[in-house]
Amino acid sequence: MSSSEGVFFLTGKDFKNAGAASSSLKGILEDMGIPSSIIRRVSIAAFEAEMNTIIYSVAGMMSYSITPEMIKIRVQDMGPGIPDIELAMKEGYSTAPDYIREMGFGSGMGLPNIKKNADVLTVNSLAGEGTTVEFTINLSPAE
Amino acid sequence: MELQEIIKSLSLRVETPSTDLHREVKGAYVSDMLSDVIGNSKEGFLWITIQVHLNIIAVASLKNLSGIILVNGRVPAEETLKKAIEEKIPIMTSPLPAFDLVGLLYSLGLRCR
Repeated sequence: MSSSEGVFFLTGKDFKNAGAASSSLKGILEDMGIPSSIIRRVSIAAFEAEMNTIIYSVAGMMSYSITPEMIKIRVQDMGPGIPDIELAMKEGYSTAPDYIREMGFGSGMGLPNIKKNADVLTVNSLAGEGTTVEFTINLSPAE
Repeated sequence: MELQEIIKSLSLRVETPSTDLHREVKGAYVSDMLSDVIGNSKEGFLWITIQVHLNIIAVASLKNLSGIILVNGRVPAEETLKKAIEEKIPIMTSPLPAFDLVGLLYSLGLRCR
């Protein structure tokens, strides 16, 4: 299988195009012949990370790198940052404003859903500067 | 159970006639929080919600859901319908509130497991 990498740019509060990056990524994985169970996990985690950028940030980018061994996604935003990452990882904790919740976002399950679907997840954040969510999904399990 | 049977017994209005209504419905999940649906629904499930905006299609597509039922007489946004047809996700509507509609689905034998 060949390798591939690329980047998508994300615009905050752009709910019309929300999900477009993860959807394009899904198409790329399908074209590469990645197993559908893996595509499902990558798409869900990427969608959640993309939505976090749309909801909380003015802008961000999603970069991906696909090798025969793994799929690595990095979503970097220019949002407010997460003061307490441990708290943000707890299911049900959210700081989303009311109008976002009315749309059905901000249930406090975004990061937990990413964790559930990724093999490795790291979240780095600096208050006032932004957050970087990076996750890996293995393609060939270590034997 | 086939989606078409459910549509008939619950008198649902089909908003996306061009989508496949013969697909197998394996269960159902009701929630208005998108990530809750992503986390807890399963492939082939029907999704019952009051959310009508575009992003519900992305969720249904991500989870390979068998369709979305909008309750309480909610009308899907035009762009939602367009996307639903593109992504082949059937959208149905019902004047019933979620509680009543889910009760009927349960009595038809659908479960959330």
